[in-house]
Amino acid sequence: MRFRLISLIGSIAAATLQVAIAQGGMVLPKTIEAGAAFSIQCSGTGKATLYIVGPGQVLKREVQLGAPINFSAGSLYIAGHFVVVLATDNSTQDGSLDVLPLQKPAELSFLAKPSRLQVGLHDGITGSVYVFDVYHNLIDTALPVSFELTTPSGAVQKHVVATRNGSAWTAMDSTAQQGIDKFSARMGDISSTRIVGQVPGDPCGLKMTARQSGQQVELATDQIRDCNGNAVPDGTIVTFTETYTGSQSTVDVPIKHGIAEAQMPSHAGAMITVASGVVLGNQIRWEK
Amino acid sequence: MFKSLLIVLACFASGSLNCIGQVTVRVEPANLQGPRALSEQTSKAVVRDYLQAWQSLASALEENRPALLDSDFVGVAKDNLKSTIQQQIVMGIQTRYQDRTHDIQIVFYSPEGLSVEMTDRVDYEMQIIDHGKVKTTQHVTTRYLIVVTPAEVRWRVRVFQAVP
Repeated sequence: MRFRLISLIGSIAAATLQVAIAQGGMVLPKTIEAGAAFSIQCSGTGKATLYIVGPGQVLKREVQLGAPINFSAGSLYIAGHFVVVLATDNSTQDGSLDVLPLQKPAELSFLAKPSRLQVGLHDGITGSVYVFDVYHNLIDTALPVSFELTTPSGAVQKHVVATRNGSAWTAMDSTAQQGIDKFSARMGDISSTRIVGQVPGDPCGLKMTARQSGQQVELATDQIRDCNGNAVPDGTIVTFTETYTGSQSTVDVPIKHGIAEAQMPSHAGAMITVASGVVLGNQIRWEK
Repeated sequence: MFKSLLIVLACFASGSLNCIGQVTVRVEPANLQGPRALSEQTSKAVVRDYLQAWQSLASALEENRPALLDSDFVGVAKDNLKSTIQQQIVMGIQTRYQDRTHDIQIVFYSPEGLSVEMTDRVDYEMQIIDHGKVKTTQHVTTRYLIVVTPAEVRWRVRVFQAVP
C-alpha cells in the first residue's frame, strides 16, 4: 500500500515535470534597443527551436531548454514587433518583443525645395527631415532638429523644431541678396546640407532713355535691377515697342552688361515703351 | 469635426488563415503637421496604395518571392523585407500575414509633396511555417509608422516600422 502511494506520488511528480518541459516556460524582454544584446530564459530540458519573426527580420535557433539563450549585440536590429515562438516536438510557447530604434540619430533624410528661387520670398524655402538611427530605423521619439539657412552675407536664419513621429519641417524666407545659400538640418553631430540658389527678382523701376542716331532712335535702359538692388542677369529679355499711326514694331533684346539697347525707326510722334516680362517700364513720346 | 471612413475591402490573400474575405479599414481625419493641404484624392490614393502594399507583403513573405515587393515598396522598407525573405529561404521558413483591421491616420504631408507619413493601428494574424509545418498562429495588434513616397503611378512604402 505504501509502495503504491509512493509510486502514485512519483507518477504525479513525473507528469508535472513533463508539463513543465512541454510548456517550456519562456522569459524574454518586452523591449530591447535595436542591436542590443539580450537573452531569453527557457525552463525545462531537451531541445527546442526558437523563432523570432517579424516582417523586417527573422531569427531561428536550435536551443537547449533550461539554459539561457544569448543573442549577441547586432543580432536583432530592425525596429518593430516580433513574435517569439519556442517550439518542441509536441508543444509551442509564444511571446513577443518590440525592438526600439536607437535614440542616437545617425542619418537625416533631408529634402529642401526649391533649389532655386527669387530673392525676398516669405516662406519660399521649405525643408523636411526624417531622422534615422544607424540601422536605418526611424526614430519616433521627439528630438530637436536645427534648421539653418546661411546666406552669402553670413546672415543666418535658424529654426529649431521638435520631430513628431520621426519627422519635422520648416519654412524659411529667401533673403534680399542674390547668391548661393546653404540650407542645413542639424541634429547633434550629424547634419545634412543642401544648396539653394537665390536669383534676382523681376526688374524694378525699369527706365530707358532715347537719342537720335541718324534715321534711327537709339534706345538704352539704365542698369536693370530688382527691387532689392540685385542686378537682373544678362540674357534676360527686354522688349521695346514703338507705336506709330496705328502700327506697332517690337524688338526683343537680351540684357548685356546689365543694360538693354536697341535701335528703332525714328518717327516723330511715335510712342515707345519698354518692358521685361510682366514689368512695364517708362514710355517716351518721340518728337524729333 | 470627427469624420471617419469605413471601407471594407475584398481579401486578396489566400492560404489557410481562414480568411473570411474582408479587411476592415478605418481612416481617421488627418492630423497634419506641415503647411501643405492634403487633397481628398491624394489621401485616398495613399491609403489605397498602402493597403495594396500589405497584400504584396503577405504574398511575398508567404511565397518567399522578393520580386512581389517591387511595385509597392522602395528604399529601406523594401531592403528589409527582401532581407527577411532571404533569411526565410535559408531557414526553410514561410510566414503568412493576414491583415484584419486597419485604423489609419495621416500625420505628415511634407511641404514639397514628396512624402506622406501615417500611423496605422493594425490587427493581423500571422503564421510561422517551418518546412511546411505550421508552428504557430498568432493574433497581433500593433501600431505602424509608415512613410510613402510618390513613384510614377502610385505611392510606394519607404518606411514600414512597428512601434510599441
